[in-house]
Amino acid sequence: MSAPKTLYDKIVDEHRILSFDEAGGAGERLLLYIDRTVLNEYTSPQAFSGLRDAGRKPWRPEASLGVVDHVNSTNPDREAGHLDDGARRQIAYLSENGRDFGIEIFDLFDSRQGIEHVVMPELGLVLPGMVIAAGDSHSTTYGAFGVVGFGIGTSDIEHLLATQTLVYRRLKTMRVTVDGRLAPGVTAKDLIMEVIRRIGADGASGHAVEFAGEAIDALGVEARMTICNMAVECGARVALMAPDDKVVDYIDGCPRAPSADLLERAQIEWRTLRSDPDARFDKDVWLSADDIPPMVSWGTSPDQSLAITDVVPDPEALPPARRADAVRALAYMGLAPNTPLQEITIDRAFIGSCTNARLSDIRDAASILKGRKVAPGVRAMISPGSSGVRSAAEAEGLDRIFIEAGFEWRRSGCSLCLAMNDDSLAPGERCASSTNRNFEGRQGVGGRTHLMSPAMVAAAAVSGRLADVRTLAVAS
Amino acid sequence: MEHFVRLSGPVAAMPAANIDTDVIMPKTFLKGIDRLGLAVGLFHDLRFDENGALRPEFILNRRDMAETRFLLVGPNFGCGSSREHAVWGMLQYGIRGIIGSSFGAIFADNAANNGLLLLSLPPAQLAELAACLDDGAGQITVDLEAQRIETGAYAGSFDIDQALRRALMLGLDRIGETLTYTDRIRAFEKAYLAGKPWLMGGHGDERVS
Repeated sequence: MSAPKTLYDKIVDEHRILSFDEAGGAGERLLLYIDRTVLNEYTSPQAFSGLRDAGRKPWRPEASLGVVDHVNSTNPDREAGHLDDGARRQIAYLSENGRDFGIEIFDLFDSRQGIEHVVMPELGLVLPGMVIAAGDSHSTTYGAFGVVGFGIGTSDIEHLLATQTLVYRRLKTMRVTVDGRLAPGVTAKDLIMEVIRRIGADGASGHAVEFAGEAIDALGVEARMTICNMAVECGARVALMAPDDKVVDYIDGCPRAPSADLLERAQIEWRTLRSDPDARFDKDVWLSADDIPPMVSWGTSPDQSLAITDVVPDPEALPPARRADAVRALAYMGLAPNTPLQEITIDRAFIGSCTNARLSDIRDAASILKGRKVAPGVRAMISPGSSGVRSAAEAEGLDRIFIEAGFEWRRSGCSLCLAMNDDSLAPGERCASSTNRNFEGRQGVGGRTHLMSPAMVAAAAVSGRLADVRTLAVAS
Repeated sequence: MEHFVRLSGPVAAMPAANIDTDVIMPKTFLKGIDRLGLAVGLFHDLRFDENGALRPEFILNRRDMAETRFLLVGPNFGCGSSREHAVWGMLQYGIRGIIGSSFGAIFADNAANNGLLLLSLPPAQLAELAACLDDGAGQITVDLEAQRIETGAYAGSFDIDQALRRALMLGLDRIGETLTYTDRIRAFEKAYLAGKPWLMGGHGDERVS
């Protein structure tokens, strides 16, 4: 009988074409087969140019999909949206590359356009057991389907396109077990923010992280994507969850899913996609979902976050190794130690990104906004995760709730998550944001980001300050 | 790609933890379809104020740091976004090696693919090295062939992955190397896809059957 294996090692083994090392195990250097990739307009251009220069062609063009998401305007009128010259050139070059190399592209006017990590799963292109590598760090999202998903740079995109493989080093493994149940008003976003706070921004560095436990099992597939997506913010190169019936049901409803017959066959294999009971992980972390509160970030690294009921930390009270970074973060954020987080006023509110802009996120936020108004002086906007999500939300009338509350109902794109387009914060502006990174300048030079769940953004928008969503009753 | 065998030059200390690729290469500089013009973008918002004037307090703006070749950095340097522009900008600016304790994983892969040397030292050794630099700056020699680091007041050796060391010293054609395994890849792919027919679809608007 073979030794018990983790889910991660099972999937890597299935995709190992050859090994460059005598010994297996973590650190093994191997040639890894890649099932699929998704390309965006800003990290792919130089990869295509590299293929052209070398006279190479994509190995399997049908295994790639291109989508415009990072640089486009989210203006409700697509024709009127502002695009700078660079953005225009990148969008045009993606289409040109699609034509020349036989790769399907969703451009700005395609009804299937959206953020790459929202589009791929909703089409049914993300199937358990796959390896998906893509030129965006949040490719960890696909882990919610039992997929080894990870981000790569442009040189590796070129390598992948040319060979359908990557030269890969096997990661160490870590398991995060979450027992208990999330309390009302507490979401997957709060859960992953608490994990990141606890283990630190490099706590999972060098590891593939498998999330397990009853709190994870209880979550829907979209909420699981939020967790896997943001696991990269604690250094995880890969995030994974064992696929279950919820995953199969999700895929079955997607336009490009395998047929019912093939799904039936696939499921026999997908049931084996779980870590063996005695599999050994290099690291193990446990936490209880019961105690997790709604979280907000206060600093400029995703591990600088606290419960909404807490106060801005005093750097003097932190461990010496974290003090200088906290002083710098508070200066950038314009915050004084010991200020209650709920007294921090905001200028902007944003719901969007590959982390938190799927239909369930929009429903969550709408439940808080219904019958309420955005506070005076706050500019609030929502950019649904994909054009498909936007249409689905409109079909439920959710757009009306946002618009009546005073939100701008925008088009889909990465938008204010990284402000490569014209959605950006002015210097000093403070934003409650459902996104994934509170880095200095991320949402605009001098902009100040507080990360939180979509419902918490809605609560902040109507309160004009960071607020505890649990104190706002949901309208019936 | 750049080759790295042995190099001496100024080193600048940037000890903050979690310096991310958004800070290394801000979004304004990500709008090209080529790899050019990124030296000006490197640490742009730390190097320049809102009027475009140099910030004199930033270490790379010091007169003795004009020819900086190495950075001595804090933990988790290069975390965040996958943008390879961060690595291209480093090399175009003249940075050839970064010495720290841990690096963002995608940044580290990007560095390896472009010939930017990253050295991960044990924290104690890194602290010893930092203590030998005068006011966060100084001259350093990194000899990749001999796996040695030297400054005026410090000399020590380092460990590095040997496949990476070889690639950095020789500057290999990675895609060309992989394509020497074309037959192996084809054979694998054929058997793999035959065993999992549900993977064959996904293109076009039809469900696979």
